Amino acid sequence: MANDGGTARLRGMHIDKDLVAASATPLVLGILADGESYGYAILKRVQELSGGQMAWTDGMLYPLLHRLERQGLVQATWGTAESGRKRKHYAITPSGLAALAERRQQWSVVADALDRVWRTATPPAVGWAQ
Amino acid sequence: MGTVTRDATELDDQIGQWRQYVERSQTITPADIAEMEDHLRGQIDDLTETGLAPDEAFLVAVKRMGSVDDISREFAREHAERLWKQLVLSGASGTDSPGIGRNLLVALGFAIAAAVTLKSAVTWLEGEHFGRNLALIVLPFVTGYLAWTRRLRPGAIAAVAATYTIAALTMNFSPWRSTPSAPEATTEILAATHLPILLWLVAGLAYVGGQWRSHGRRMDFIRFTGEWVVYLALLALGGIVVTGLTIASFTTLGVADEDTIASWIVPFGAAGATVIAAWLVEAKQAVVENIAPVLTKVFTPITLLLLVALLSALAVRLDFADLERDLLIIVDLILALVLGLVLYAISARDPLAEPQVFDRLQFVLLAVALATDAVLLIAMITRIADAGFTANKVAALGMNLVLLVNLIGSTRLLARFNRGASPFSALERWQTGYLPVYGIWAAIVVFALPPMFSFA
Repeated sequence: MANDGGTARLRGMHIDKDLVAASATPLVLGILADGESYGYAILKRVQELSGGQMAWTDGMLYPLLHRLERQGLVQATWGTAESGRKRKHYAITPSGLAALAERRQQWSVVADALDRVWRTATPPAVGWAQ
Repeated sequence: MGTVTRDATELDDQIGQWRQYVERSQTITPADIAEMEDHLRGQIDDLTETGLAPDEAFLVAVKRMGSVDDISREFAREHAERLWKQLVLSGASGTDSPGIGRNLLVALGFAIAAAVTLKSAVTWLEGEHFGRNLALIVLPFVTGYLAWTRRLRPGAIAAVAATYTIAALTMNFSPWRSTPSAPEATTEILAATHLPILLWLVAGLAYVGGQWRSHGRRMDFIRFTGEWVVYLALLALGGIVVTGLTIASFTTLGVADEDTIASWIVPFGAAGATVIAAWLVEAKQAVVENIAPVLTKVFTPITLLLLVALLSALAVRLDFADLERDLLIIVDLILALVLGLVLYAISARDPLAEPQVFDRLQFVLLAVALATDAVLLIAMITRIADAGFTANKVAALGMNLVLLVNLIGSTRLLARFNRGASPFSALERWQTGYLPVYGIWAAIVVFALPPMFSFA
């Protein structure tokens, strides 16, 4: 198994599993803020958004969705897909939206700080340098 | 057409095999599997559209789904109540059955030790010494068994031992003021009846393996307590039948008389049962898991009827003047029963399920219980204002307050849950967070109340 026990398996660039785990909640909440969705569609959306760079170990999405459901951030309902299969749909709740807004602020602080670090730090050694 | 249908049935077979494989994991429920199957089929559809053969698409989709062990572990971490089931069942089914065998031997050892200690106490301790020490005689063995199975750390063992030592010193060396008419002081009886609550929470410390801050482990202890009570009741019923038959047959034969037989069987059976019930909960938990929801569903409506009847009786007898303290104790017990029903319902419930009719019924039960208690408290407070405090009244009122605060919190959270405003886990957390309060109140009654009323 390519998976090393973390939350994600990656195709293409290797992204640290802690980073993937940390970003999973805001990503899922953000996708659900656009409208209700279900597991496989959420996963495809993550792939689209990251240009295929971030692909999770698919099964790990479900424990995450259940955690969000237990915390009351999303609400789940069983429905039927066009194919006639049973399908579990997830919709974001008001407290989910609040949590998303909070995460968003946190991430923008982190992103700003990182951005400044990238600009002030010595340029990374790429290719032949060093 | 022919190949399409053949491919479709082949794919169904493969997915069926995958489902069977995943079903072996105790922590993934059929609903989770249905959800993941929808995912798997969605992925397979997309992959076949890009030109893969169905069986290739199946392999890719299963691989992307990830290792079942990892997913199962994630589900277990998320759903502690399923992990509890897995913990118990994995011990019982194959993987480490020698562990179960050893656990049984150790449980029998503790049970026999408890039985011998209780029998010695019955034989050698005089009436009042026996009463005040009863909890200290029986509960150490359950606690010891739990501590042994959890490989409790020295720090936690020291905490348990210290509580027992302090409790034993307090119970036996306090200057209880007994009179010829009442050999046991009121505060002594109060201390003796509240001590088991404190010591049971100490047993809980052993049960959670010292991790008393973890809400998940505390919830496990609540479940354990509920199931321990059920097993103890079952063992007691069986014990009564066997004791009756033994007495009947031996007295008929004229070999031994009733009192001799009872004086051996009852202490041995009662003390041993406390440890064996603990072992049974650990070993055969899945059996009782089906009883707890039934008990709650049967007794919630019945208790509701009892409360409505009591409330109407109180309304008819509006002259509260001669309401006795005994009534307050009885209402304390009814509130404890209501709390027990709430706890059973929580421990047996899937926290993710939608609010159901039963949750509303439970809300009504809680609301009526609060109303009854409010009426009674108003009556008692006016009476106490006239007659002053006694140790008994303080203890009964304090316990009432402890239960009342819990039930108010539960009622509020259950109402919010029924409206969809907060998740069910909020109620679970309220209950697990409240556990120390019982211990603190019991400790006050055992250690602080007697000196306040000069050990009378």
